[in-house]
Amino acid sequence: MLTSILSGDFPRSRVLTAILLAILVGLALAPFLFPGAAAINTAAKICIFIVLVASYDLLLGYTGIVSFAHTMFFGIGGYGVGLALYTFGASWGVIGVGILAALLVGVTLAFLIGLLSLRVRAIFFAMITLAVASAFLILATQFSEFTGGEDGRSFSVPQVLRPGYRLLEQPLFGTVVNGRILAYYLVFVAAVVLFLVALRVVNSPFGRVLQAIRENDMRAEALGYRVVYYRTVANCLAAGMAVLAGAMSAIWLRYTGPDTTLSFAIMLDILLMVVIGGMGTLYGAVIGATLFIVAQNYLQKLMGLASAATEGLPLIPKLVHPDRWLLLLGILFVLSVYFFPTGIVGRLRGKSG
Amino acid sequence: MPPVLETRGLTVRFGGHVAVDAVSCAFHAGTLTAIVGPNGAGKTTYFNLMSGQIPATSGDTLLEGEDISGLGAAGRAQRGIGRAFQITNLFPNLTVAENVRLAVQARGRGAASLFSLWSRHRDWIERADHYLALVNLSGVRDTLAAALPHGDKRKLEVAIMMALEPKVFMFDEPTAGMSVDEVPVILDLIRTLKADGSKTILLVEHKMDVVRSLADRIVVLHNGKLVADGDPATVIASPVVQEAYLGQAPKREAAHG
Repeated sequence: MLTSILSGDFPRSRVLTAILLAILVGLALAPFLFPGAAAINTAAKICIFIVLVASYDLLLGYTGIVSFAHTMFFGIGGYGVGLALYTFGASWGVIGVGILAALLVGVTLAFLIGLLSLRVRAIFFAMITLAVASAFLILATQFSEFTGGEDGRSFSVPQVLRPGYRLLEQPLFGTVVNGRILAYYLVFVAAVVLFLVALRVVNSPFGRVLQAIRENDMRAEALGYRVVYYRTVANCLAAGMAVLAGAMSAIWLRYTGPDTTLSFAIMLDILLMVVIGGMGTLYGAVIGATLFIVAQNYLQKLMGLASAATEGLPLIPKLVHPDRWLLLLGILFVLSVYFFPTGIVGRLRGKSG
Repeated sequence: MPPVLETRGLTVRFGGHVAVDAVSCAFHAGTLTAIVGPNGAGKTTYFNLMSGQIPATSGDTLLEGEDISGLGAAGRAQRGIGRAFQITNLFPNLTVAENVRLAVQARGRGAASLFSLWSRHRDWIERADHYLALVNLSGVRDTLAAALPHGDKRKLEVAIMMALEPKVFMFDEPTAGMSVDEVPVILDLIRTLKADGSKTILLVEHKMDVVRSLADRIVVLHNGKLVADGDPATVIASPVVQEAYLGQAPKREAAHG
């Protein structure tokens, strides 16, 4: 049973299992464990990024494809659902149509990019994805009548997902179960399902071929695997998953815009999350995304506390001043990449990972 | 019956250099053909043309009478051309068992299945283990291929080709760089294949004692051209071979690879 759910891919380390369980329980009970809008926002963002980072790892870690267009697919999902809701009003049918349209556009684009450029050398593919993603970003900001330009679009979601909606008359464990919490659970369940699907894909015969291609594409070809076919399908799958993550993000934020979905800052974040968590293992996506987003949201507060606590000492209060949080984050990344070149998961699994 | 593998006027040019020059040759089932020639004669390039690693400039390759010139390496592998590479060509960060299992999977049904579990295809794993046992690598099945000593890498290379269960076995210096006590494993394996009587085996080999003991037929390449073709005794004795190849034998024996 558990083997089927996890596709036979167990964490294979006690510490890793404990961390993953803690993250799962934390996310599953987030609205009840961590009250407040900021906490639930962080939890939702973690869920969305787990899907996004896992789909990117499918490309980078499993297939060895370097793509810079992943945020473009994330954006297509966000804009697909967002613009559908903005234009046609809030209903589940519109969300469905938005997601389907976004999937169609995203996967078609991924297929075309793959077909045109996955036969050439990796560096050319990376450059082409960069070019296409830049073009898409410019397009999204320039077509402002349709997309809302730099400002993006705010829209409403179906009634049951709105903050004003009450599922239960009485609070549950001291928390009012409103539409926001339902929206959170929609995002959470979608993330769990998509993650498990991705885990199944990487542990399928297909997924094994992807790893072979990453290791030695010429040898994979000599065994009879059509490398271009496998790379293209992997590209389409990853794009499709990123589209769905974008749709989740739009439904959660009730907003879509270039900064939340398309920006290169997000692309960089995704890359860092994959590398920190551990390339070529989907559990790395869970840990990388959680660690990064928690740090992004709480490091500043923590530093504020540290700065206040060390007041009076020379230099230290200035170094840990909340304004230096990016500096500290940067140092943490350098250290983690230096000490855990195989990522946190690779480190925890030891040599066998 | 058409030959299993045949080339007609197969030629490849790299710039002004003709590496393989209009080689026409047919290989029949149940025959082990050794392809010999001095370094740079075009033996490996000839192999690469037949197994599709590089496209030919002109000429055709036929498999069982059917023109496969338009197919790439994957298509030719699917149709039964198996290749063991001279320069070891493995999946370094996958386990030894996984290296062979991937070859078994390539021939199996559901090789590209997205939602089944690889570990549930027990028959693939068992067949991979069978081929590992053939080359004496069962003991290191869970080691990463990159961590194997050179001789074991060569054996794994051969096991991968065996696992493809091809119609044509192309060995490119299978014993190069192996220690003396490891060589018999590979040679016995080739002998067993040969004893089957139905396999088409092509062998590029520098060691003349190996060639003499295994080959039913010798084809000599020199400067990309086919210069001699026939049964071992006749070919080895022919003046053109003495001149082109055997005359320089001691020098070449020292330089492998």
